[in-house]
Amino acid sequence: MDYQTGFFYLFAAVLLFAAFRVITARNPVHAVLFLMLAFSQASALWLLLKAEFLGITLVLVYLGAVMVLFLFVVMMLDINMDGVRKGFWKHFPLAAILGGFVAAELIAVLFVGFPSLAANPDAVNTGINAANYSNTRELGLLLYTEYLYPVEVAAVILLVAMIAAIALTLRQRKDSKAINPGLQVHVRARDRLVVLPMNATQKAAPAVEAVIAEEGKAP
Amino acid sequence: MNVTLGHFLAVGAILFALSVVGIFLNRKNLIVLLMAIELMLLAVNMNFVAFSHFLGDMHGQVFVFFILTVAAAESAIGLAILVLLFRNKNSISVEELNTLKG
Repeated sequence: MDYQTGFFYLFAAVLLFAAFRVITARNPVHAVLFLMLAFSQASALWLLLKAEFLGITLVLVYLGAVMVLFLFVVMMLDINMDGVRKGFWKHFPLAAILGGFVAAELIAVLFVGFPSLAANPDAVNTGINAANYSNTRELGLLLYTEYLYPVEVAAVILLVAMIAAIALTLRQRKDSKAINPGLQVHVRARDRLVVLPMNATQKAAPAVEAVIAEEGKAP
Repeated sequence: MNVTLGHFLAVGAILFALSVVGIFLNRKNLIVLLMAIELMLLAVNMNFVAFSHFLGDMHGQVFVFFILTVAAAESAIGLAILVLLFRNKNSISVEELNTLKG
């Protein structure tokens, strides 16, 4: 048993324990912290698999950004855990049976399905153990040649996600006195000031008898 | 005894099953549901990276890259919807999301 095997069992054990605590933790903040532990262990496992770029990306993007976002949201919301936790263990037997079934099936299919690969792993990837092999370089070569169009689609997806998240949570303040520069530039002089045509001098109002006399004269 | 492909696939399978159990247990708590979905995606990514290593094929790792992108977008929008929901309903229980129910 070499050191790689030892590290594999260590990381896998911590990863599965952290995943179990994520789904059973009473406090959601603890759940997020255990999720961070799980992701860090997964990144360590990927380093064992010589996928350095993805392992480091997982730490930077997931632990650094997404999990902190989770943490912010959990701390921002005042969650009533009693109502949410009601009947938590009611479906546990069914869930445990189903989960065990799923795991057993997947392991049976995947473990038994690839025995030849499992027997000699280094037979297929001789280049990966070379001294000047760079995982990041290989990934970049693929990403920017063969997968250039999907990379751009992924960028658009991230942009859409950003705009959607902002648009969903944006609130207009009612007491804000901010000006709208567009409206301000758009305004013209006649919107602000109306000049009424008016005589400089005005005739005095005619006397009452004159009005009556005029009315009598008119027909 | 060396670590084989099967070991990594077994870890991924157990992780996936754990997150399925998590969805069963936390069916009222929306935020833990989102976390269970993240764990599921991690299990899938684990399988991709393991196959990529043991088959000597880099395309699997490229796919993991795209899954990470989509998962980040999904969690950002999911959390935004969650915040909006909490603002309107003052609760994140899935059982109270029945406004459209006839």
